[in-house]
Amino acid sequence: MGVGSGMPTVNSHVSSCCLKTELTLGLPGGQKTSKSGSKRGFSETVDLRLGSSCDDEVSVSTPPPSKAQVVGWPPVRSYRKNMMKNCKYVKVAVDGAPYLRKVDLEIYTSYQQLLAALEEMFTCLTICNVVNERKIMDSSNGTEYVPTYEDRDGDWMLVGDVPWKMFVESCKRMRLMKSSEAVGLAPKTSSKGLSKS
Amino acid sequence: MAYSFPEEVLEHVFSFLTSDKDRNAVCLVCKSWYEIERWCRRRIFVGNCYAVSPEIVIRRFPEVRAVEIKGKPHFADFNLVPEGWGAYVYPWVAAMSAAYPLLEEIKLKRMVVTDESLELISKSFKNFKVLVLSSCEGFTTDGLASIAANCRNLRELDLRESEVEDLSGHWLSHFPDNYTSLVSLNISCLGSEVSFSALERLVARSPNLRTLRLNRAVPLEKLPNLLRRAPQLVELGTGAYSAEIRSDTYSNLAEAFSACKQLKGLSGFWDVVPSYLPAMLHVCSGITSLNLSYATIQSPDLVQLVTQCRNLQRLWVLDYIEDSGLEALAASCKDLQELRVFPSDPFGAVPNVSLTEQGLVSVSEGCPKLQSVLYFCRQMSNAALVAIARNRPKLIRFRLCILEPRVPDYLTLEPLDTGFGAIVENCKELRRLSLSGLLTDRVFKYIGTHAKKLEMLSIAFAGDSDLGLHHVLSGCESLRKLEIRDCPFGDKALLANAAKLETMRSLWMSSCSVSYGACKLLGQKLPRLNVEVIDERGPPDSRPESCPVERLYVYRTVSGRRVDMPGFVWTMDEDASLRFS
Repeated sequence: MGVGSGMPTVNSHVSSCCLKTELTLGLPGGQKTSKSGSKRGFSETVDLRLGSSCDDEVSVSTPPPSKAQVVGWPPVRSYRKNMMKNCKYVKVAVDGAPYLRKVDLEIYTSYQQLLAALEEMFTCLTICNVVNERKIMDSSNGTEYVPTYEDRDGDWMLVGDVPWKMFVESCKRMRLMKSSEAVGLAPKTSSKGLSKS
Repeated sequence: MAYSFPEEVLEHVFSFLTSDKDRNAVCLVCKSWYEIERWCRRRIFVGNCYAVSPEIVIRRFPEVRAVEIKGKPHFADFNLVPEGWGAYVYPWVAAMSAAYPLLEEIKLKRMVVTDESLELISKSFKNFKVLVLSSCEGFTTDGLASIAANCRNLRELDLRESEVEDLSGHWLSHFPDNYTSLVSLNISCLGSEVSFSALERLVARSPNLRTLRLNRAVPLEKLPNLLRRAPQLVELGTGAYSAEIRSDTYSNLAEAFSACKQLKGLSGFWDVVPSYLPAMLHVCSGITSLNLSYATIQSPDLVQLVTQCRNLQRLWVLDYIEDSGLEALAASCKDLQELRVFPSDPFGAVPNVSLTEQGLVSVSEGCPKLQSVLYFCRQMSNAALVAIARNRPKLIRFRLCILEPRVPDYLTLEPLDTGFGAIVENCKELRRLSLSGLLTDRVFKYIGTHAKKLEMLSIAFAGDSDLGLHHVLSGCESLRKLEIRDCPFGDKALLANAAKLETMRSLWMSSCSVSYGACKLLGQKLPRLNVEVIDERGPPDSRPESCPVERLYVYRTVSGRRVDMPGFVWTMDEDASLRFS
């Protein structure tokens, strides 16, 4: 009740030059304001829960997701939007490093992003692409690390085996373990390296 | 005719004048008063960083100790100003580092602040005391480390709502061991954790600490450690307010809170576990300001907390409070002056909570001191707005956001013109107004006729024609800031009221119908205005003159056009036509 579809009501606008002022159902970023605030714009597009980029294909069987968003409306500050998000802080320990860091897993959408962030955080580490694998290495002394995590059941697993979302949900904390110590962690997918999901 | 007090006497008299308005009036009396005043002005406020240049400020006021500068237009908060637009503080800092060695305070809002700027600040001003960065961006924790390391006399470091790139939590350890003058610390915007032991030691050696706003990463179990070392706190922002339910954690927390007898303000409250809320009950009776706008808890828990705070003056809360909660608030908190209700699910297609216009009406009925409102909701009626207006004629700020654009009165399906009309007619002291819902030109007629004290007006998806804009520009005598988006306002009203724009700080119009030709004309007619077109489609003259511009930002200035414009901003001045040909 009272929640319209955003289409103009009785007092429609007159001239066609006002086309740009009409509320349209297009996606944010698909129109003129595509480059606006690229840093903050990210959270806008992340919030958009529409699966497809085509705005007239809403399947009847799925419940309507959030409606198409107009840039900057309703006027909720990006800061507030970011703060409202779920947050999943997990500790990350690196063998041999003196301190822990905490990361919020909710802000990443893939293993790739997470690893890149870790790389930035622990600046002595680099993620090298060696053939088909991705390894984490301390470039100063050549030590190789294997990213592992403790899941809800208390088991230590290799990062990258399960789909990303499952990982976010079950991860309690992470440890970048020295390769030499990472025995007995053989997962089902063994030494294929990190999955791309 | 020539009388004169000794300068010192006049200076002494002027020192009692704190408002800029009064000081500006004093300057106009005569040349000698102008001279005396300019040498003893210690605080300046620059509402638009492009309205004046640092050089002009420094030349006129050589002995300034405190500077406050605002940068981007307000709509930048909602992603309407592209990245890279401007508002860089560095030129200001560079100029002031040479001219104001005794500078003590810098307060910035919506500006781009780099680590370089922060480092320069930390090294240039030996007596630096106060740094407030409100909604700023462009710096990292490295910049903070410079401030911590070098500002020996720092009292306040407030990063409210800024975007900080977190490189390391160790910046806090850069405060030297003999640094003990901290009064206020707000790090609530920081994403990653700071070193807790460094924080603890800092708090322990800051006997004057009055305000401490932590970030989300500080766990609840550790909060008592800080509170115990700072029982004199007046304002506290918690970190995440959640922990495993354990009786020792709870009793620690309750005990720590009960030792804080001076607490007046509370904020933070991310991830609230309701069972821990009663730990705060001891302090509630003293609380005057409560920010629960990140607390995703349900109405009963909110009500339990809020109704204990009988002396509440300011409440920020999510719409989880619902109408019933607001009714309880109205019954318990008779001192309430400011209410902000934020949407928990702004993009949801269907309502997720039972919050309607009724909640606001209850508060307007029950809280006689209510003067400032920000309310997000999904439905509104003229009847409700009229009731609110009649209940609270002393309103100063009224910002209503109906989530869906152009939604009519849900009872009568009429526009909300009458309702907002009642607001401006009854609330004669209204200084700030934000409109929403279905509105015709009529509401602007009411605003132009009645809103004589209105200083800031925000309009979105409203109006029928240029007449609407004309009513506002010709009628609102006190108007300083006007921001408009997605309205059918065009050239006629703007050009007819061009001179008005010189009496205002700024005008923002985006997704309206103002043509490039009109912008050029405006720029040529009024040399003391900067008329800037923001258009990401490329140079405006690559399109017909009649084509509307994407965004227009007009502001008065004494320092001519900007020299730091990015590629998507074009300034319209006398040379505009020459430059583009």
